[in-house]
Amino acid sequence: MHFKRRITDRVNNIWMVATLAIVLFLPLIMGIALYAKSIPIFDAQSLPSLLGSSNWSPNDGKFGFWPFIFSSIYVTVLSFIFSAPLCLFAAIYLTQFATRRLVHFMHPVIDILAGIPSVIYGMWGILVIVPFVGDVLAPVFGVKTSGYSILAGGIVLAVMCIPYMLNMLLESFNAVPTGLKEAALSLGATRWETVKHVILRKSFPGIISSFGLGLAKAFGETLAVMMVVGNMVQISGNPFKAGYPLPALIANNYGEMMSIPLYDSALMFAALILLVVILAINLIFRYFIYKTQKA
Amino acid sequence: MNKRKIIEEKIFKLLTGIATYSLIAILGYIIAIIFINGFSSLSFDMITKTPSGGYYYGGEGGVLNAIVGSLYIALGATFIAIIIGVPAALFINVHLIRYKRTQNFIRYLLDALWGIPSIVYGAFGFALMLYLGMNASLLAGIITVALLITPIIIRTFDEVLSTIPKGLHEASLAMGSTKTETAFKVLFRQGFSGFITAVLLGFGRGIGDAASVLFTAGYTDLIPKYLDEPAATLPLAIFFQLTSPIPEVRDRAYAAAAILTIIILIISLSARFLSRNYSKSNIK
Repeated sequence: MHFKRRITDRVNNIWMVATLAIVLFLPLIMGIALYAKSIPIFDAQSLPSLLGSSNWSPNDGKFGFWPFIFSSIYVTVLSFIFSAPLCLFAAIYLTQFATRRLVHFMHPVIDILAGIPSVIYGMWGILVIVPFVGDVLAPVFGVKTSGYSILAGGIVLAVMCIPYMLNMLLESFNAVPTGLKEAALSLGATRWETVKHVILRKSFPGIISSFGLGLAKAFGETLAVMMVVGNMVQISGNPFKAGYPLPALIANNYGEMMSIPLYDSALMFAALILLVVILAINLIFRYFIYKTQKA
Repeated sequence: MNKRKIIEEKIFKLLTGIATYSLIAILGYIIAIIFINGFSSLSFDMITKTPSGGYYYGGEGGVLNAIVGSLYIALGATFIAIIIGVPAALFINVHLIRYKRTQNFIRYLLDALWGIPSIVYGAFGFALMLYLGMNASLLAGIITVALLITPIIIRTFDEVLSTIPKGLHEASLAMGSTKTETAFKVLFRQGFSGFITAVLLGFGRGIGDAASVLFTAGYTDLIPKYLDEPAATLPLAIFFQLTSPIPEVRDRAYAAAAILTIIILIISLSARFLSRNYSKSNIK
């Protein structure tokens, strides 16, 4: 009996370590696999020209990723401009002003918003945001557009990132010690002054990290953006023009990538860019959070 | 001076309040749009028949292929993710309980892993598939989605396990139980509510994710019978059929969206309810 228990313990320990090791080495394995797949394109073109060139013609073997990187950054920044103030304000309201009932009601609301799949956001974007941009906003600014544009992508992406950013902001605001708030209030500060001078300062690292991780999330989002952004290879500062972010490039072309030489390698390289950029942002900002939590 | 303070307070209270209520409005708006379009095209045929005459051109039939495919993939992936994730989460909280730094480092890596977008998992799954010589199939889809949701399951379960008081853990060891017994008979039960939340969260993420199954599971009008056949999924059914020029085909996309949204709503709300229910009997 005793022997059996010990054997079970041993076997189980090995199994536990193995599963944890698999999961922890997953990013490394993914990076290596994607890198191995993109070696052919490194042989054909140098890294700076891959990233910096805007000549995209796979049939001639020319792969310049700059238009896609540019679109990705543009959509991400646009979505950040829409969502960041909204999240910050909502987080302040929910932690400082709101009644207990509203807070309890908001938890499932945020959960559901976070749980809705990106395709649903994409469909909502096609049904609501695209016509709104094309028929309402465009005439106001005097431009002609189908509505499938960087702007539409930015709006849909902003809505998608809200629950994600809001959750992290709420966490960092709730971590501010109550004593600090009470001290400010007892000195005669109004609630807003407490927020402005105490809470925002105290949770500044948390706010920065939430925004950073929100940006990373927006950068990698695929389907919702791809459905509304228009998918045309071009570089333009005009938000009413169509764009073509990196994730959309991968998702759109997997069907034909085996028929054109180096194309599959190029798409794997695109995935590698996403992995490296997003993993780096995540590691940096999460490190920031852990550091400040300790202090 | 005092008056300015009060006005500023009022303005910002109003602004932040508007921001909060607009979030509720956005959620309501999205769900309303999905349901208004979805319920008008939802019918009995829609959930009991597979599409006929090609998913892009044929107008007849429903989305049964996608419902079944999605359930297969999400259930299979959740099953694999539990097998990998539960021991890993228990290991962090039983064997590593004295090593706070290692624990934190592992949590840090897992959080970062959670942030990797699903399209990257999709591309990796595709590379893996080519390497193993597989075709787009149910099995490839299940493996890719399992990789995607494992960090989620570990981290969610771990979050609850880490709140279990150390005394309970010590009491179990003091009674002479092995670490395995402590892990599965004490901590697993005490953290059962977290397990339920983790599984439901993983399942919800798995059933809704499109980018990871796009390459790996393929798409078909048929219901898969074996693991090496391609499988349709609800998110892809929406994605592929939404841009069709034929209204009946678009109806199928709307119906699929309504079905998927209902599934997600049920999962979200039941996760909340069940986790509260199961944590009632915990040892405090």
